[in-house]
Amino acid sequence: MEIGLTTATYVLAAILFILSLGGLSGQESAKRAVWYGILGMALAVIATLFAAGPVNWHLTAAMIAAGALAGWYVANRVQMTEMPQLVAALHSFVGLAAVFIGINAEITLLDVLAARAASTGEGLTGFAAVLAHKTPAEIAVLKVEVFLGIFIGAVTFTGSIVAFGKLAGKIDGKAKKYPGGHALNALAALICLAVGVAYCAGVGLLGSSLAQLIVIALFAGFIGWHLIMGIGGADMPVVVSMLNSYSGWAAAAIGFTLGNDLLIVTGALVGSSGAILSYIMCKAMNRSFVSVILGGFGATQQSTMQIEGEQIAIDSDGVAAALNDAESIIIVPGYGMAVSQAQQSVSELTRKLRAAGKEVRFAIHPVAGRLPGHMNVLLAEAKVPYDIVLEMDEINEDFPNTDVVIVIGSNDIVNPAAQDDPASPIAGMPVLEVWKAKTVFVSKRGQGTGYSGIENPLFFKDNTRMFYGDAKKSLDQLLPMVG
Amino acid sequence: MNVGALKEAFPGETRVAVTPASAAHIAKLGHQVFVQAGAGSASGFSDADYLKAGATIKGSAADLVSAVDVVVKVRQPTEVEIACLKKDQTLISFFYPGQNADLLQKAKERGVTAVAMDMVPRISRAQKMDALSSMANIAGYRAVIEAANNFGRFFTGQVTAAGKVPPAKVLVIGAGVAGLAAIGAARGLGAIVRAFDVRPEVAEQIESMGGEFLFLDFSDSQDGAATGGYAAPSSPEFRAKQLELFRAQAPEVDVVITTALIPGRDAPKLWTADMVAAMKTGSVVVDLAAERGGNCDLTVPNEKIVTENGVTVVGYTDFPSRMGAQASELYANNIRHFITDLTPGKDGVINHNMEDDVIRGATVTRDGAITFPPPPPKIAAIAAQKPKEKPKELSLEEKRAKESADFRAQTRSQFTLLGIGALLMLVVGLYAPPSFLSHFIVFVLACFVGFQVIWNVSHSLHTPLMAVTNAISGIVILGALLQIGLGSSWVIALSAASVLIATINIVGGFLVTRRMLAMFQKS
Repeated sequence: MEIGLTTATYVLAAILFILSLGGLSGQESAKRAVWYGILGMALAVIATLFAAGPVNWHLTAAMIAAGALAGWYVANRVQMTEMPQLVAALHSFVGLAAVFIGINAEITLLDVLAARAASTGEGLTGFAAVLAHKTPAEIAVLKVEVFLGIFIGAVTFTGSIVAFGKLAGKIDGKAKKYPGGHALNALAALICLAVGVAYCAGVGLLGSSLAQLIVIALFAGFIGWHLIMGIGGADMPVVVSMLNSYSGWAAAAIGFTLGNDLLIVTGALVGSSGAILSYIMCKAMNRSFVSVILGGFGATQQSTMQIEGEQIAIDSDGVAAALNDAESIIIVPGYGMAVSQAQQSVSELTRKLRAAGKEVRFAIHPVAGRLPGHMNVLLAEAKVPYDIVLEMDEINEDFPNTDVVIVIGSNDIVNPAAQDDPASPIAGMPVLEVWKAKTVFVSKRGQGTGYSGIENPLFFKDNTRMFYGDAKKSLDQLLPMVG
Repeated sequence: MNVGALKEAFPGETRVAVTPASAAHIAKLGHQVFVQAGAGSASGFSDADYLKAGATIKGSAADLVSAVDVVVKVRQPTEVEIACLKKDQTLISFFYPGQNADLLQKAKERGVTAVAMDMVPRISRAQKMDALSSMANIAGYRAVIEAANNFGRFFTGQVTAAGKVPPAKVLVIGAGVAGLAAIGAARGLGAIVRAFDVRPEVAEQIESMGGEFLFLDFSDSQDGAATGGYAAPSSPEFRAKQLELFRAQAPEVDVVITTALIPGRDAPKLWTADMVAAMKTGSVVVDLAAERGGNCDLTVPNEKIVTENGVTVVGYTDFPSRMGAQASELYANNIRHFITDLTPGKDGVINHNMEDDVIRGATVTRDGAITFPPPPPKIAAIAAQKPKEKPKELSLEEKRAKESADFRAQTRSQFTLLGIGALLMLVVGLYAPPSFLSHFIVFVLACFVGFQVIWNVSHSLHTPLMAVTNAISGIVILGALLQIGLGSSWVIALSAASVLIATINIVGGFLVTRRMLAMFQKS
């Protein structure tokens, strides 16, 4: 295929990707947007296959087929509640691929340079041919790009694996650090930088330049692992979107290395999208990005405010009676709903209450769950209509006029201490003002504190009743009694 | 210790300070409970009930007082009662120390520790002991019942075969606890309820009870938080406006319930004789402030009168007593909670901790000294009424000035960013080779497009966005495809692995996104 045709296809693919992201501004247009993305990706892959010069067709086809099968299998088997860990796991793939491709680039570069030295550079094709025509200055830039690609890729890889482990519950969600903490990270980063400089300058450290790259990858991997280990579970939404951003930057760096504009464009799109998401999440928690990344949220928290009063429990009869009397009801779901897979029961409860002529709405905090928008997806899965699912800003003013609020497995996002207690670790974080409603029921497993380990004064308020038990079981008890 | 409840001596008083249920609770704290014979009979609790609950019955007041360490009752003690009390005995009852200086003096002389239930500070922790509120709640409810009893019509509107009945219009003046309870009860009976209060911040509470807040447009409105949630006297101008508002309401409303009280003063006259004259025949005025002179000019305390134009004015002062069983139950619970606070160890030992805001606030005499009035509580009465960031009403110029200042600040920051960016570009352009620069431009523009596009993505679609960008970042497959045909077996192996995992990423990502989006549906 002509080079011009390939470039034109790339432009088309890039536009499709942009449309695909832009289409996510509304639920309906989003359904179309995915197809733009799929089409763009298909175009990009086909164009590249034809333009790449020699392609090992059998191997490529086999790998794509195997990958597609695996991807299809995973995508269909995964539960919607497991979405966060799936996304994290997929990020790690991008990171790993970036590391491999970076190393490949270096191997090819070495080959090309060797061939050039032996002045047999004529028979080279594809990427190698591009490399062969580079000036020394360009090769220096190339080495910087390879270094960046590998570094970011490795951080993404191990970071995503840890994030996956934490989200899937395979690793303890508490923030953990080795003694030395961030000094250790800084040291590893310094080593990476030193080896990277040596690599770019062509200094013969560690034997070969390939070995240098592998050392960089290992240390970068350590940084990713240790950094994410040090972040508590409550901050995972930020971490996942940050890793999303990293995977984009890694792709962009690889694009520079290979001189492929589509890679650069797409990488930059993904990178900036992840960065904005992280920013939105941080803002929703009123914390700076740096403090999320550097601060272990769940590590050491003492209750800073003496809370008076007692947590008053209530049984399902009481909740049902209140629901039957109420006219307006707001449900505030949190991670606890996802954990106990209660979304179907919530949906059924909503259906019954709406059938009884009550106004039922959902209030979603931006950081509810473990992934931005996590709750929306779960509710959608359970067929809760999206037009009664509202954001914090849309619904916060309505709480004083609401009869009953049901908090299902969320804690920090409804914590009044964020407004009342300047000493609280979450002070200033915007929260859902559920305590202004007439009655608040909190469905919760026990009296413990939430993921972030902060005591919640909401549970002690006079208009709050604790509905202890597994969220799904509690709601199922409730179902026959309402409506 | 021994806790004993006296039989109320005041004529017509039906309440009692300890019920069988609360006696059982107090006993659980390690105390012995004593009850004067017949103390609960007026509110429906027999001596046998008390015995069953583990209390001891004493025949006379004197016997009881001599047997106990803590005397509880409802009304403030009479001369006789206070004379029986011994040194260091604790008395818990309503006391009104502000109005009863004599009684206070006597209590001091007897060396009694007097706890005034009406002085319990209004902080959230003390709500369970706030007897004034629980009594006001009953009074508010009862006021509506009395009104309905004296009102010859339905409260609720009906359309019947025999004709249409309009709903009664009820005006509630003063939206404290009693006022709010009255609004709720009147609404419950089906009336149209309007309510007025000098504290504009209670509008929300009125509306939450189903009442309509009569708004008075007046700049000098009160902030009730400054006075611990109670109303304060208002200026003459304000009063004039207020009366004007009421005068306009008088011919329309069928029932008026006044509950306006200002702590430590006579009740303000709000429903004047001319307003009563303007009311329809058969209308009812219930004056909950009758004990303190009444809000209505025509109120006769403790009596119900009918005016010349057929308006009934109810001036009873014993509303809680008219619901003795209910009132006793709530009051006994208030008392029981106070005793719980006095017995922190639950071991039957009274620890009269004067450091505690609630206990300190309610204690009016102790160790032969008068401890009234108490120092201001350490915790503000109403949750720190944060300077409720009222959307500061900026004048037009201020608003414009602010906008232009914002605009300027924004422009400045944008220019700074642009400047820094341009400088960086120039530096890159100076040193980097041209082939890099052409890619770099693409990169910067793509970042820019990304930033612009992503801001518009709706919150609820953040998870699909993540999944889609994740799928798209599988574009690294291109890198692997470009390398798979090259050189050494190492390169081929690594790129093959990359192709494999990138494909998983792409296919998995897109399919999952599609699955997610397919689930979003409208109602």
